[in-house]
Amino acid sequence: MAGSTHASLSAKAPAAVPGARKGRRFSPWQEAWRRFRRHKMALFSAFALFLVVFGVLAGPFLWRVPINEIDFAAKLQGPSWAHPMGTDDLGQDLLSRLIYGGRISIAVGVAAMIVAIFVGMLVGALAGMASGGLDAALMWLTDLFLSLPQLPLLLLVIYLFREPVKGVLGVEGGAFILIVGVIGATRWMAAARLVRAQFLSLREKEFVEAARALGASRMRQVMMHILPNALGPVIVVATIDIAAAIIAESTLSFLGLGFPSDVPTWGSVLRDAKDYLDIAPHWALFPGGLIFITVLAINFIGDGLRDALDPRRVL
Amino acid sequence: MGKDQLLSVRDLRKHFAVKGGLFSREVERVHAVDGVSFDIGKGETLGLVGESGCGKSTTGRCILRLIEPSSGEVTFQGADVMRMSGEALRALRRDMQIIFQDPYASLNPRLTVGAIVGEALEIHGLAKSRRELEERVVQLLETVGLQPDHMRRFPHEFSGGQRQRIGIARALAVEPKLIVCDEPVSALDVSIQAQVINLLEDLQEKFSLTYLFIAHDLSVVEHISTRIAVMYLGRVVEIAPSRDLYDTPLHPYTEALLSAVPIPDPTVKRKRIMLQGDVPNPIHPPSGCHFHTRCPIARPDCAQRDPVLRESRPGHWVACHYRG
Repeated sequence: MAGSTHASLSAKAPAAVPGARKGRRFSPWQEAWRRFRRHKMALFSAFALFLVVFGVLAGPFLWRVPINEIDFAAKLQGPSWAHPMGTDDLGQDLLSRLIYGGRISIAVGVAAMIVAIFVGMLVGALAGMASGGLDAALMWLTDLFLSLPQLPLLLLVIYLFREPVKGVLGVEGGAFILIVGVIGATRWMAAARLVRAQFLSLREKEFVEAARALGASRMRQVMMHILPNALGPVIVVATIDIAAAIIAESTLSFLGLGFPSDVPTWGSVLRDAKDYLDIAPHWALFPGGLIFITVLAINFIGDGLRDALDPRRVL
Repeated sequence: MGKDQLLSVRDLRKHFAVKGGLFSREVERVHAVDGVSFDIGKGETLGLVGESGCGKSTTGRCILRLIEPSSGEVTFQGADVMRMSGEALRALRRDMQIIFQDPYASLNPRLTVGAIVGEALEIHGLAKSRRELEERVVQLLETVGLQPDHMRRFPHEFSGGQRQRIGIARALAVEPKLIVCDEPVSALDVSIQAQVINLLEDLQEKFSLTYLFIAHDLSVVEHISTRIAVMYLGRVVEIAPSRDLYDTPLHPYTEALLSAVPIPDPTVKRKRIMLQGDVPNPIHPPSGCHFHTRCPIARPDCAQRDPVLRESRPGHWVACHYRG
């Protein structure tokens, strides 16, 4: 630590800052990036995730086979030059279906994470700053949501609300909003607890007290001093939430409660493949593998971020 | 007491509730500050000393209203601090500042030094433009002995002594009249302690500041204080001009504290007064005089009667039934 460096006895402060490299200085975020880079697995995962995301975004421009071109002559074929990932029981090209499905799966994952983190931060920040009655009430709410069995709840909500939402927002849009909302609404609790705990400890910190002594409003204390310091662990939870939301969407699609059956997502392709596992294993392996790689990569990135953003860790 | 008072504290109390049981009932009460009174004159430095946990820091924070006191009066420049709210309280923040003990915890690690020192200027609108703000920050950094280019660095790039200087610059930004120094040198190396104390003295002269200097170390306080107040278990037991307190301490607790201060002369032999036992629990402070459980001169009635601060010599106040 810088505190152990020698200092002169004179009243003048030493001109050179010990510990700082000449010419190059690091903000806390740059410092985190430096540490993240040392996490080889996380770096590799970030690269893999980038490839997947780039693939599903740019894929349709490079691989122009339509997702719903039925060709019974080519059904249940294994990988070939014409169909790199094979075909399904209707002879539809799996690569283009998985590219399209990946867009939906990843969009659902990111959107559900944003909903979950937003709700979680709001609840956690309110509880952490309020203390007393509001804090207790919000934490009871959090405990209540934690004790709900997630999957039956998801099924029930989607079963009940699919038709009304579809009427308002259209088939695909309705399904997207509903799935994102439902996954987000059942996954915000971890973030809420985390943010509350961070707020409770940070608001007693001396630098927050100093801001209060300077006359900073509560809003300023939160936005300038508490929230930026609480963000590290929240970012870690957010990445892992993306992975969990992708899994949740796949589960829903697998159970037939996600998007309409003609819209491919990674989960629904997997569901369609389950009856042909013995004659066409490639059909299940490719979507399964994509879910696996994406989720694993995101989790490793989360791991790397946790190490990178924890200031107590010396790397 | 004198007329030129900047701050006067009367019977200040702060009780922390210890909650427990089914509905978070208050089961017990920590008497952190238990009836503290003192005055600070303009340009003066009042040293506030006592063991850890005796309520020194709580007293300092209550004066600034960083902690809401349970009862008591605080008058700053004739205005009642306890009744202030909203705009008046914000205005008070410009006149009273605080310097913290731990230079590692008192600076936001995510802000640059410029943002930390400039925050007060932003909050109170003391700079009209970005440029004026930066100029003022540079000026403040130079005042506390730092370089202008330190402005763009982050706290983790500095040593403990430099960080404390940043904290001092932040407090100075609003041009306060009173600064509560909450053990500002306790976390620093001895060599750095001297630098920071000298800096505080220079600043006091330059900006005619008044200090409430909290410390647990009498030798540090002796150097900087005009007067010293000694606290024990939430109460002030003795207040006297610095020299007077060191030469002729009246309260037995002050005597014991002073006998623990090392003298830089090995030939001088001094009787060391060892206090028996530990500081009693502030949840159940002893009855009567809080000090009677450890006092070498305690008599039976000390447990019954609360001693009050009385002026035994001009300017020398003591709260003991049998001394002074």
